[in-house]
Amino acid sequence: MNNKKQAVTIKGTKEGLTFIIDESCSFDHVLIELEQKLSSSLVEKEHPMIKVNVYVGNRYVSQEMKDQIINIVRSKKNLIINDVISDVMTKKEARKIQQDLDVTTITRMIRSGQVIHVKGDLLLIGDVNPGGRITATGNIYVLGKLTGIAHAGVEGNRQAVIAAAYMNPTQLRIADFMSRAPDFETEGLFMECAYIDNKEEKIIIDRLQRLSNIRPNMNSIERRMSNG
Amino acid sequence: MGEAIVITSGKGGVGKTTTTANIGTALALLGKRVCLIDTDIGLRNLDVVMGLENRIVYDIVDVVQNRCKPKQALVKDKRFDCLHLLPASQTSDKDDVTPEGMKKVILELKQDYDYILIDCPAGIEQGYKNAIAGADKAIVVTTPEKSSVRDADRIIGLLEKEESIGSPHLIVNRIRNHMVKTGDMLDINDIVTVLAVDLLGIIADDDEVIKASHHGEPVAFQPDTKASISYRNIARRILGESVPLMSLEDEKGMMSKVKKFFGIKS
Repeated sequence: MNNKKQAVTIKGTKEGLTFIIDESCSFDHVLIELEQKLSSSLVEKEHPMIKVNVYVGNRYVSQEMKDQIINIVRSKKNLIINDVISDVMTKKEARKIQQDLDVTTITRMIRSGQVIHVKGDLLLIGDVNPGGRITATGNIYVLGKLTGIAHAGVEGNRQAVIAAAYMNPTQLRIADFMSRAPDFETEGLFMECAYIDNKEEKIIIDRLQRLSNIRPNMNSIERRMSNG
Repeated sequence: MGEAIVITSGKGGVGKTTTTANIGTALALLGKRVCLIDTDIGLRNLDVVMGLENRIVYDIVDVVQNRCKPKQALVKDKRFDCLHLLPASQTSDKDDVTPEGMKKVILELKQDYDYILIDCPAGIEQGYKNAIAGADKAIVVTTPEKSSVRDADRIIGLLEKEESIGSPHLIVNRIRNHMVKTGDMLDINDIVTVLAVDLLGIIADDDEVIKASHHGEPVAFQPDTKASISYRNIARRILGESVPLMSLEDEKGMMSKVKKFFGIKS
């Protein structure tokens, strides 16, 4: 029955090609048919590169399976894989996204020697005193004075931001970037946010009001999912 | 049943022992039965500040290890009948006392005294853990220096984790008003904002304090120095009275008082 029904359907779109893979047939079968179709298809060698999206429907593809598909498509000279899209994910992946979406609210003072770490975003209602440290895999918002150390995006999310009602930190860290307070004594500033500027490749501190321009899609789930 | 108050700071040399001796004296002046406990085992000082070194027979390690009764180890003050000292040992080690042992001793002493003041050693190790074991309240002493405030912050963080101890109170010691004014020393408001705890009192830097402890007589005993008034005010606040903070400004003679009275700025 599977032989009659095509396992791989190729469609042309504006962006390039979409391979629709039947979700009910075996994966080995998919690989064989993909190989056949691509070798038999008459693509001229001089043709410009074509973007390919592979849509696998309700089939769960592990990273290994994804690589197998990508390898077959890549072996054909002028095809490049854009994405392998699946409608399903494991509970583990979902939980991770859920965690990264979560905003953990903590109401207390973080004093010298105290360390707080959360998955996802951190909303701290209270001060971070010098010697105290807060870290989060996502963004950090401090409703209070930030005079200690804050580290946002600890697992490498460079889009993460640190916002504070009063900003006078010892150190700010975002993903693998770090900036420290100047050696002379400074008065802190009210309502500030810190982010990584892609052009200058360093942490910039700016007015909180500018955050909506700097990270316009900060709250959208799609952005988080792609970073998660 | 009395109340056990631990006096701690984290950092050394900010005036824990002096504060313990003076608050104890001030409370005794107000007629309370007070017991001072020195928990700085190996480096005892409180007996020297109180001028009681020559009266020590047994010490706290002897009590904890059941070599004597608490009453035998207690040293009565020279000046007050209601003020006693349980001295630390000079020869033992901090590990000879356990938090459980301390708790037991303090619980026993609480029966006979209104206030038990525990002088805590510097640091946050075993000695600190012993000192806070039996305490119901805590007083954190700090000076207007950054390092001292940082350590006070650390200690307050640790004290807040202790369920048996309520929110700690703060004493800012050794304030030099002229340096605060020029911005070379932390302001009291800054300290209280950072530490976010109740302020119990402030004590000006006063040579009289050093002089008094040199003679083994707590400054709180003197009638009219700034520091002694500050300590007595702290004692009254511990008793629940509401006493306003003393001004640190130096009065410049009669004229300034008159000007102040008429609201003229000098």
